[in-house]
Amino acid sequence: MHFDLIVVGGGHAGIEASHAAAKMGVSVGIVTMDKTAFGRMSCNPAIGGSAKGHLVHEIDALGGVMGQIADRSGIQFRVLNKSKGPAVWAGRSQSDKKLYSVEAAKIISSTENITIVEDSVIEAIEEDRKIVGIRTLKGNEISCKALIVCSGTFLNGLMHTGLKSTRGGRFGEQPAVGLTESLIKMGFESGRLKTGTPPRLKLDTINYDILEEQPGDENPQPFSRRTDKTKFPFLPQISCWLTKTDGTVHQILEKGFDRSPMFRGLINGVGPRYCPSIEDKIVRFSDKPNHQIFLEPEGLDSDLIYVNGFSTSLPEEIQREAIAKIPGLENAEMVRPGYAIEYDYFPSYQIDLSLETKLIKGIYFAGQINGTSGYEEAAGQGLVAGINAALKILGRKEEFVLKRSDAYIGVLIDDLVGKTINEPYRMFTSLAEHRLLLRQDNADRRLYEFGHRYGLISDDEFKEMKEREVLITKSKDLFEEIKFKPDEINNLLESKATNLIDNAEPVSKLTKRPELNLRDLLQELDHEKYPLVKSLLANEKALEQVEIELKYEGYIQRQQDLIKKMEKLEEVKIPESFNFLKLKTISNESKEKLHKVRPRSIGQASRISGVSPSDISILLVYLKN
Amino acid sequence: MTEYLQNNEDTIAALATPAGVGAISVIRVSGPKSIEAVDSIFDGAVKLIRANTHTIHYGRINYANEVIDDVLVSVFRAPNSYTGEDSIEISTHGSQLIVEKLIKSLLEKDIRLAEPGEFTKRAFLNGRMDLAQAEAVVDVINSRTEASLRGARNQLDGLLSAKVDSLREMLINSSSMLELELDFAEEDFEFLPKDKVIEKIDEIIFEIEKLLQTYSFGKVIRDGVNVALVGKPNVGKSSLLNYMLKESRAIVSEIPGTTRDVIREEFSLDGILFRLYDTAGIRLTEDAIEKEGVFRSRDAVKNADVVLFLNDIIDGFAEDLYKELKQLIKEDKILKIVNKIDLLHNHNIECDVEISAKTGEGIESLFKAMKQKAIGSESYSERGAVVSNLRHFNALKKAKDHLVQAKDSVKSGMSGEFIAVDLRNAESSLGEIIGKVTTEDILNNIFAKFCIGK
Repeated sequence: MHFDLIVVGGGHAGIEASHAAAKMGVSVGIVTMDKTAFGRMSCNPAIGGSAKGHLVHEIDALGGVMGQIADRSGIQFRVLNKSKGPAVWAGRSQSDKKLYSVEAAKIISSTENITIVEDSVIEAIEEDRKIVGIRTLKGNEISCKALIVCSGTFLNGLMHTGLKSTRGGRFGEQPAVGLTESLIKMGFESGRLKTGTPPRLKLDTINYDILEEQPGDENPQPFSRRTDKTKFPFLPQISCWLTKTDGTVHQILEKGFDRSPMFRGLINGVGPRYCPSIEDKIVRFSDKPNHQIFLEPEGLDSDLIYVNGFSTSLPEEIQREAIAKIPGLENAEMVRPGYAIEYDYFPSYQIDLSLETKLIKGIYFAGQINGTSGYEEAAGQGLVAGINAALKILGRKEEFVLKRSDAYIGVLIDDLVGKTINEPYRMFTSLAEHRLLLRQDNADRRLYEFGHRYGLISDDEFKEMKEREVLITKSKDLFEEIKFKPDEINNLLESKATNLIDNAEPVSKLTKRPELNLRDLLQELDHEKYPLVKSLLANEKALEQVEIELKYEGYIQRQQDLIKKMEKLEEVKIPESFNFLKLKTISNESKEKLHKVRPRSIGQASRISGVSPSDISILLVYLKN
Repeated sequence: MTEYLQNNEDTIAALATPAGVGAISVIRVSGPKSIEAVDSIFDGAVKLIRANTHTIHYGRINYANEVIDDVLVSVFRAPNSYTGEDSIEISTHGSQLIVEKLIKSLLEKDIRLAEPGEFTKRAFLNGRMDLAQAEAVVDVINSRTEASLRGARNQLDGLLSAKVDSLREMLINSSSMLELELDFAEEDFEFLPKDKVIEKIDEIIFEIEKLLQTYSFGKVIRDGVNVALVGKPNVGKSSLLNYMLKESRAIVSEIPGTTRDVIREEFSLDGILFRLYDTAGIRLTEDAIEKEGVFRSRDAVKNADVVLFLNDIIDGFAEDLYKELKQLIKEDKILKIVNKIDLLHNHNIECDVEISAKTGEGIESLFKAMKQKAIGSESYSERGAVVSNLRHFNALKKAKDHLVQAKDSVKSGMSGEFIAVDLRNAESSLGEIIGKVTTEDILNNIFAKFCIGK
């Protein structure tokens, strides 16, 4: 058997990788232990959120499928941070977990060039430091030109509840054994990370009457630009529910600390600080009397409730006892306890910005294997790995690398390659220095070019975007020129309770006032005289872009200034053959980190954790000499 | 690879003390061959190549069958030296001839002359000091007076670095609070209320302003104060100058216009260096000989930090000259002085200080007034962080501007991500001072400023 590309794992990374590569024209074999488990949501039933919503939009703009799957399986849609500026608006949806999987499987099976292989990879085979194939648990040997490993939490997965531990990659599923060992034999280094999941409760055993309801937005917005808005939302919409823990709950949980695998040191992996277990929260924030709990339905016809905020690996009976003390959950039936899971990851200094491993050509890593956490982070990497593997197989001498200024995906991968991951890596908006530019609303403007180049965005979509781009540019120029005289606009200004003007002011300047919006201003113009204004008013997306860019121009400019300063360092290239170990003047720690990562520019070097600014200065001086 | 390192493999030498001054001169040698090379010309009780680090040895420098001098040699072994390399300091008698001979003998031992700032550059490269400390070294080299030395050393000790670092930390703390709100919108954190944000920003602005205010003081401490002596002929400029210097280098005469050139003298007062320029008078003149002097005088006035405007108690306030003076320099830099109070006791001339250059009466008040004009009325503790470097001053000012902008954003109801733009810019400006964001430009600038021998 042979495939150009073998993708190990059918999760969120595997789906994007297979889909993108197959669409680019290479034959893909996707190896999964269970072909009904595509895109299975191991943890919370939600897609998006702060920064993660941005990732979904970017994946969509590059021609990926996560946004569409989330739209089709979504049972609640909200935009977070709506009270803030557009750069931090973030879409978040609750998905019907089962339907999410179904929709994902539909895409995989309907995409040409993809073959589903229900098996488990136990060994990767290399020749001359190049990947040539794999061996499977069922005894098959499959040859390939490239291999993408996106095995999630399955590599030597070990689940803990209290002092009981079970081998497995997810509740009720077997771990993947053998692949890690085979990669280590090739010379890769591996580590252990930990993540956790909360208990699941039975839907109809909760007293909703006393809980705070959290409904979705009244006008739900889809993630994908390709989703048919007339049919959206596709499914009935549900609410989530809020409750919180209190001192009594905390006391019960504390009783189980002596049997906590975390506190007893039974777990070697490091867990994420941003998504701590409830026992961690109690210990680390002991002065906080309550912790918020979100009750999220796992699906329309599912009887499971996901207890978000209550991730735990305490013994089952302690979990049950504590839950019974939470308001609204007095009679709740716990269907399944929470657990912590430890899994193998491969510290990400071993990959390049293309996600190809430095050690073995043709092997790519994507998702949790690189130390990330989250469906969206995995999907973004899967897409990049899929495109790069296909480019390589097709002999196209280019790499698909997104810059930090292009996309959150670029920030994510640059961080992975440069930083030492001490905990599962999650995307945050604060990690993006170009935050004001990397918005959900302009994801297509930033990324269609790439999506189109690799054949993942259709010509029609691309053409429409290009035309819109022209309209945006021309409009912005025009609005610098057109000026309102006081008598033309003061009525509107008065009605909007903003200061009147004494002298003529350009549209662009007035748009910056928080009280005014561009559409209102444009209504005051003579549309016969300015046909461009008429076209803009008819194009909602273009209008939005023009308004945002005018309104926040000053801030965007100042952010750009800072970035330009940093980008100067980006331009200072480090020769590929540069031997960092011979730099005798910097600390051994920095030296080793530099040697491991082998940064190609001073900018990249400066972002490596543990490399101090004075190390960078030294590097600069050496490069100059 | 070797081409990157070659430069630092060399052993270098240079005079580390000011040339031609002092009873003792120190020659510093640094690099892998330093100890071996000096040992080959050193004749003492102990072989230097076997000497421990941080030991001092008495002996003679012999070269080409000639005893050059009796010297003290200090041995420092890597990494515990100024540069972080093996190095030697030779203390000789302060004769230009001895120094020249000694250096010449070293150069013949495969040692090259250090480039300007090269010792400090090596120290910086070897992680012996941070950027601000390295810059302070330049100031030590350039410092002329005791206070200047203390100011520079404080900086060297990292006082400014520590202060800026703490401000940066405060800023990062506030930023984090804003970021928290953006990235964890859903969680039940208690977010920083707007007035608290403003309060925190104000706190940092206040601290930065305090630092900025030390700049005139820091600059004075580093560069000294330029003082121009202006007055009509025969008003007693040279007498005052002489009194101040307590020696008679300027010609004291009764003939107007004798002081044809600008006379420059220096003296130190409470650790501040005053540079006095006695002018020939700033009136325009047709006299060909005086013309050049007049030109220079006007220059001296323009560059002055303080102008001592002298008036004769008998002749009264020189209105015409004052008018001319005001066109050259801001009025608040001018100290109006009435001289010759030994001749007359009562007068109604407008003035800041009354003196008699002849008897010395009132000179103390004049000194006090000069000092106040130069560094302001605030009293600064020299043990506090002081900004004496223009680059630091500008970076602090930029940081403050960004913070003011951030405050405006908070006030006009902008959300966290907009406020963060300016907070990050401020953070980066502060980072520039302590080398936390270092660009090639900064380094180039610093290394170009180092003078030879350090």
